[in-house]
Amino acid sequence: MYTQALNARDTEAGAVEDADRVAAFQARVDAEEKIEPNDWMPEGYRKTLVRQISQHAHSEIVGMLPEGNWISRAPTLKRKAALLAKVQDEGGHGLYLYSAAETLGVSREELTEQLLSGKAKYSSIFNYPTLTWADIGAIGWLVDGAAIMNQIPLCRCSFGPYSRAMIRVCKEESFHQRQGYELLLEMVRSSEEQKEMVQDALNRWWWPSLMMFGPSDTDSQHSAQSMAWKIKRFTNDELRQKFVDATVPQAHYLGLTIPDDKLSFNEATGHWEFGEIDWDEFMRVIAGNGPCNRERLAARKKAHADGAWVREAAIAYSRKRADRREAARHAAE
Amino acid sequence: MTEKTTPLWEVFIRSRTGMAHRHCGSVHAADAEMALQAARDVYTRRGEGLSIWVVPSSEIIASDPAQKDELFEPTASKIYRHPTFYEIPEEVGNM
Repeated sequence: MYTQALNARDTEAGAVEDADRVAAFQARVDAEEKIEPNDWMPEGYRKTLVRQISQHAHSEIVGMLPEGNWISRAPTLKRKAALLAKVQDEGGHGLYLYSAAETLGVSREELTEQLLSGKAKYSSIFNYPTLTWADIGAIGWLVDGAAIMNQIPLCRCSFGPYSRAMIRVCKEESFHQRQGYELLLEMVRSSEEQKEMVQDALNRWWWPSLMMFGPSDTDSQHSAQSMAWKIKRFTNDELRQKFVDATVPQAHYLGLTIPDDKLSFNEATGHWEFGEIDWDEFMRVIAGNGPCNRERLAARKKAHADGAWVREAAIAYSRKRADRREAARHAAE
Repeated sequence: MTEKTTPLWEVFIRSRTGMAHRHCGSVHAADAEMALQAARDVYTRRGEGLSIWVVPSSEIIASDPAQKDELFEPTASKIYRHPTFYEIPEEVGNM
């Protein structure tokens, strides 16, 4: 569900490429034609996509961890079933995305290695802890809400496999946001104490959610090229503003206060204006020093290592069966 | 022990009776049976299908996009293959 547009752009590659091919490629993109895996594409386009799609996939996979933390402690069977289904969806979304990235010539093993070695990034939001049950609601409402803002324009991305994966993801994502908001609504209506838990969750998740849209446009080095390639359709700040405009009234409906004393509605523009994001915190989390970065990576590494014998056994079994089929065929001849 | 690469399979799903199987993505799996199970889990969590095909990705032979013109242009010039090429008087009625 989450890309954060952290990619540094590859520029050098374009210099050595045939100008005619680059121009023909750009013309196809400009004509809103989808680019497919076997089509010629500039190296920078391929690299940008591999990084963006794999980063998006890693985010889905790591995103299972903070929510998985609450599956065994969900307050009712209904909430447990919903959370299980949601976490399973995140795993599925990761797999759709890995499969889209692989069409660009990178292997699943390489992508996994990049995540586990810490070379690849994933969305900063998953490095925050889920301390109370209200956090599960806040993630659905805010984190999935922000993800939907990001992903709807990606359905029109110029790269066919990414755009098709995004269409599937978006179809499934709406349930994620709705179950979160409904959960919070039930809590704020239940008791003062539970309402306080929800306010506390909003206080902790609000700013990290705004950071999900990535650096501000003035600091985002790659936006222009990604827009020209029609990988991105809106800038980080445009998407962030859309999210704030959609979310503030939803918070008010819950009877909550957005933790930003600069927040005010501008009658003239029709937009909610908000305070400055703590970019130092953002950079700290991206650099690997958020509250849970080490824990998340350690959990992924453990899962991968613990599953190694299963992968090996499955391959060994498929070999054994293939050998037996081969032997039976020889015997029959 | 060095880990071997898990094979890649392309997944095709028939959404309703009477429809063709349609490509929807890929999965990694050690063998065909596991590929079918993985495809079911990954691509049909909400009643998307009635039938699944999985095909080893390495078995798919694709045409070269660079040969698009020579492969497909000739069909564009054969307008006599289309019904609208032939003139039938209106009195004859729908044909």
